Amino acid sequence: MNETPLTRNINPEKGPTDLIAYEANGGYQAVRQSIGKVDPKEVLNTIKESNLRGRGGAGFPTGMKWSFVPDASDSGHRYLVANADEMEPGTFKDRLLMEFDPHQLVEGMILSAYTISADTGYIFIRHEYHAAIKRLREAIQTAEDNNYLGKNIQGSEFSFKLHVHVSAGRYICGEETALLNSLEGKRAIPRAKPPFPQVSGLWGRPTIVNNVETLCNIPHILANGADWFKSLGLGDDAGTKLYGASGRVNKPGCWELPIGTTGREIIEQHAGGMINGYKLRGFLPGGASTDFLIDEHLDLPMDYDSIMKAGSRMGTGTMIILDDKTCPVGMVANLEKFFARESCGFCTPCREGLPWVKELLDAIEAGEGQPGDIETLQRQAQFIGAIGNTHCAHAPGAIEPLTSGLKYFRDDFEAHIKDKKCRYTQEPGQ
Amino acid sequence: MTVIQVDGQEYEVESGANLLEALLSAGLDVPYFCWHPAMGSVGACRQCAVVQYANEEDTQGRIIMSCMTPVTDNARFSVATESATGFRESVIENLMLNHPHDCPVCEEGGECHLQDMTVMVGHHDRRYTGKKRTHKNQYLGPLIGHEMNRCITCYRCVRFYQDYAGGSDLSAFSSRDRVYFGRAEDGVLENEFAGNLVDVCPTGVFTDKTLSKHYTRKWDLQSAPTICVGCAQGCNTYTSERYGEVRRVNNRFQKDVNGYFLCDRGRFGAGFVNSSKRIKQAGIRGEDGLYQAVSLVDAIARIRDMIAGSQHVVGIGSARASLESNQALKNLVGEDNYCNGMADIEREMHSVIVDVLKSDIATPGMREVEDYDAILVLGEDITNHAPRLALSVRQATRNRASEMAAETRLALWQDAAVRELAQNSLSPLMIATPTEDRLDDVATLSTRLSPADIARLGFAIADRLRGNPQSGSDAFKATVDAVTQMLTDAKKPLIISGTSTSNPDILRSAANVAAALKESNKDTGVCLCASECNSIGVALLDNQNSLPALLASSPDTVIVLENDLISAMTTALQQQLASIKNLVVLDHLDNATASMSSLILPAATFAEAEGTYVNSEGRAQRSLAVFSPGHLGAASQIDASYHLLDAIAEKTRTSSEVRAEMVAQSPHLEKVISAAPSEDFSVHGSKVARMSHRASGRTAMLADVSVHEPQQPIDADSAMSFSMEGVQQQAPASLRAFTWSPEWNSNQSILKFQETVAGRDRFGESGALLLDKSQPAMVYDSTVQHTGGLIPQHHIFGSEELTCHAEELASLMPQLYIKMNSHAAKQLGVTTTDGLAYQAEAQTLEFQVVIEESIPDDCLVYPLIPQTRCLTGLTDAPLARIDNWEPPAAPVAAQLITTDRAN
Repeated sequence: MNETPLTRNINPEKGPTDLIAYEANGGYQAVRQSIGKVDPKEVLNTIKESNLRGRGGAGFPTGMKWSFVPDASDSGHRYLVANADEMEPGTFKDRLLMEFDPHQLVEGMILSAYTISADTGYIFIRHEYHAAIKRLREAIQTAEDNNYLGKNIQGSEFSFKLHVHVSAGRYICGEETALLNSLEGKRAIPRAKPPFPQVSGLWGRPTIVNNVETLCNIPHILANGADWFKSLGLGDDAGTKLYGASGRVNKPGCWELPIGTTGREIIEQHAGGMINGYKLRGFLPGGASTDFLIDEHLDLPMDYDSIMKAGSRMGTGTMIILDDKTCPVGMVANLEKFFARESCGFCTPCREGLPWVKELLDAIEAGEGQPGDIETLQRQAQFIGAIGNTHCAHAPGAIEPLTSGLKYFRDDFEAHIKDKKCRYTQEPGQ
Repeated sequence: MTVIQVDGQEYEVESGANLLEALLSAGLDVPYFCWHPAMGSVGACRQCAVVQYANEEDTQGRIIMSCMTPVTDNARFSVATESATGFRESVIENLMLNHPHDCPVCEEGGECHLQDMTVMVGHHDRRYTGKKRTHKNQYLGPLIGHEMNRCITCYRCVRFYQDYAGGSDLSAFSSRDRVYFGRAEDGVLENEFAGNLVDVCPTGVFTDKTLSKHYTRKWDLQSAPTICVGCAQGCNTYTSERYGEVRRVNNRFQKDVNGYFLCDRGRFGAGFVNSSKRIKQAGIRGEDGLYQAVSLVDAIARIRDMIAGSQHVVGIGSARASLESNQALKNLVGEDNYCNGMADIEREMHSVIVDVLKSDIATPGMREVEDYDAILVLGEDITNHAPRLALSVRQATRNRASEMAAETRLALWQDAAVRELAQNSLSPLMIATPTEDRLDDVATLSTRLSPADIARLGFAIADRLRGNPQSGSDAFKATVDAVTQMLTDAKKPLIISGTSTSNPDILRSAANVAAALKESNKDTGVCLCASECNSIGVALLDNQNSLPALLASSPDTVIVLENDLISAMTTALQQQLASIKNLVVLDHLDNATASMSSLILPAATFAEAEGTYVNSEGRAQRSLAVFSPGHLGAASQIDASYHLLDAIAEKTRTSSEVRAEMVAQSPHLEKVISAAPSEDFSVHGSKVARMSHRASGRTAMLADVSVHEPQQPIDADSAMSFSMEGVQQQAPASLRAFTWSPEWNSNQSILKFQETVAGRDRFGESGALLLDKSQPAMVYDSTVQHTGGLIPQHHIFGSEELTCHAEELASLMPQLYIKMNSHAAKQLGVTTTDGLAYQAEAQTLEFQVVIEESIPDDCLVYPLIPQTRCLTGLTDAPLARIDNWEPPAAPVAAQLITTDRAN
């Protein structure tokens, strides 16, 4: 049996893990051992050595990110923000962690804040995660009551105040700088980088924004060491990963597996394979904003570099599966509708370009596509899709299923235009 | 300097600049929308994309936004490579998806940055066949139209309105392709600088309603470089005319004065030129008391007779008339019989300002004000009295942000990033005024004091800076300490004061604070805001003779130049003026003084006559005539006052001859000559055209009168022609009628006239600072002499004599109110539902009582509007409670959304 540090306390049938159960299973041990006892620089080194990479989608090395926070040269605030605005379609891994083991995130944040000398933290959480919001608030209260949070934590000099901030509900808030603007009460528009949040983040102060799953790994790395963490991964990447699968599989769900597990193992073993009568046509490996892969990629390890080499991104590691009875044009149209709607409206290619794409796709799907539409889609995809063409990564991510859809399922697009109808009977989402 | 390579060619560019600025400064055409020279970069529109190559081997390069890219030595870029041009074309194509392509009915057409940029990128085919998004437009007041469908979402409007001008009632709403720029609900835009939306919007979303009501395309307008007569700041404007009407005013870039922005009084106030109250005919009052229109020749002859039959002729000048007109009057009546028309208290205040201008303390212009890192405002209601300066003060409070950015090595043009870094950190701004101030939102310290107490505060701060012991209450001493500390902590402190409270003590105290700071080796500046557009000019011309003294010297003929003396006079003086045998008035509009005259002459406004005005910083600036009132068929009697006065003196002189005489008599005004070239200036032997080469209708405009094309009027006073003939560009800024450059039809074309972005004019700056600033700073006696509690509250719309006759601004004037705190109300036995009456000889004013706790004790604040000018100079007025008072019904203006076709 593989080690599952992140989900070891999680049993949805039993409900959330309370403080007693959490502590009984070694919880807050890392806090007691580290805060005020280990030099934050040493903690940072451990995280760097562990090769933990951000679990929010970009896979940026966490230790390196933290090391960009300037040394505390003034007395001003420094912030740690947990990005819990899990709005990526098909992704529900952070929800699992927060709903059933809220103290794990709290502990991860205490340790991370200690490392970067943050005095205030926010959990920026998706509006719809009612249960998680409630349970996190309870966990924070309990942690405060037990001096894991608040002033002089465990008798040390370190103080840390943690707040839960419920998002007003925009996909773009998952972009860390849009998140910061939203947290400040401003329009959720991404900021230009540089300056990076590590230097000028929340209210202009040094800030680290990390994904929930990333932060949940911290207590385990500190408790068990960097080498232990590295040993958990199957390939170059370290640790475990929460993988998920949705679509027409027998057992859609979310599993903690060694990072680098293959797509085939996830689908066939953990998700119970495709439902009878359906064949796998392709899959978005890490949420809606990643490129389609197809069956020939199933044996690739699901880690950052392997998936990148195959032309997609590991993203959140929660795959959406396209079967042979669902129209790929309809699926892409549905996704682009979402992304066009969730554009913040700041930069031109995203704001204007995505709705045009969405309109063309809707027309094609409805049998009203015109010759030349595919070329227009390709031109728009190129215009919108390259990093640097847009203000943030929303539009390039949004366009990935379209670009790869046109690559793998071009016949379907052409057939829709030629036949002036969709040959699939299955509506997406049914 | 930094050397970059663009398409294989090397350019030397300013280090630290962003690439877009560098490329534009180098004269290259790169399209852009969201970047603005005064507002920096945010990277929203993606229009200024170019390709950057990593090194010599890199042939692919990658797309970057030039506005967001700093220039670095030997960096390699391409503007022209296909991937860059293709991307830029795609940006326009996508921007235009929802644009209505309504150029033919759009006010912006012909001077539209979006049109220019569309042509520049070569986008010409509409491939999008879907439905266009539509928005509902809003009523934003009588000044600004709203047509949201044209919006290309560049965010410039909210960045100007909120970030730059501090407004709070215009926002970006909604998201994705439905972003909406407007107010939460229909209503008049609150910010005093809202008119700049018309300029900053790159297309026709925000339009000038005062132009729309009698719309003319840019190329059909006859324009001239003018100086705003709305206050003493001397903003540079273009005023434009067609069919003998002023059609609009817009900003004329002057880097040291107004830069890219105007206030709404300046932009929308010139409508008084078209007022139905204009005096267009000479008139002589007959036996029956009525005026008889007479020919100019007869009127002039009659004045000569009056003068010939008089023992004592007095000339009363005007702070709102040009130097030339005042000089001609002074020359006509003789130095001893001329006064500059200011009331004694005004004269006293302006003599302090002139002393300070002559002193060795820096007296910065509005651009330079932005560089000061701590500002103390003593008594001056900047926003309502010298509005454009308030915008500069607001920018100065951001110097703290600039320092923080420098510490983080963040370029200042990274506008959003600098604001996010600095958040609410502001440089110190300390405001001591009697009433709430529009700059309070960015003030570190705001205190409400009576004018006398403000003067006391100023004197106390000056004392404290010199280390003298303090007296007064603990609270007062604490304020003195706090202000002194902030001033001494600053590197470049600035003191701002002015004439808005009519209290010379405040000005003296401000001068003392500045002198004390200067003594402690601070790089000190002082800005003292004068009253009217030429107050400083006439104070420099002649500030000796007192108006009441001259009137009391038993003159039998008094010639009043462009000055409504009566409205601003006490009853006693009014009676004195009424008893004068011959009262000759030269003015633009029918007013109380004109109505009392025995003879009236139709004086040209700034729009019809050349003239020189001196602003609050002592900068002489020439305003050119926009049009000749006589050129539309019927001969007009309207002429420049100096021409009319010269005619009385049997002289025919050009404006430059009048100036030459003035300089001969007043050598300290020598630089007035160099404010602009005179009439003998030419470019390649040609005059400078006031019309564009596309101006149409020259032969058709008057076809209903005569099919023969009339001769174009001759402008003997200037180097400009009332015609499209002559050079249009290549003229120095002081003679440029409009900015236009091939492919740059919008106001953004100013780029093509600047040596670098926002820099010096390539063809010569306009205006000249008059004073050599060599005198040591005076230190005034700190006795507080003026202690009245009746305080005029200036209003941007209403307190200036001429602009309040512009129809749209008149509709925005406040109703009569009188503000006090509840303590004062109790003493007067009134509450907010009551009225108070002021009874003067001829009229009764009824004020609505308004209780505002922040008003200092013993102070009564009234709005300075035409009806209340009679209160000017009064320190106290008898007020009586009105029983069962009903407030007058507020006039209801039609709230037309001009662009909604349904209306």
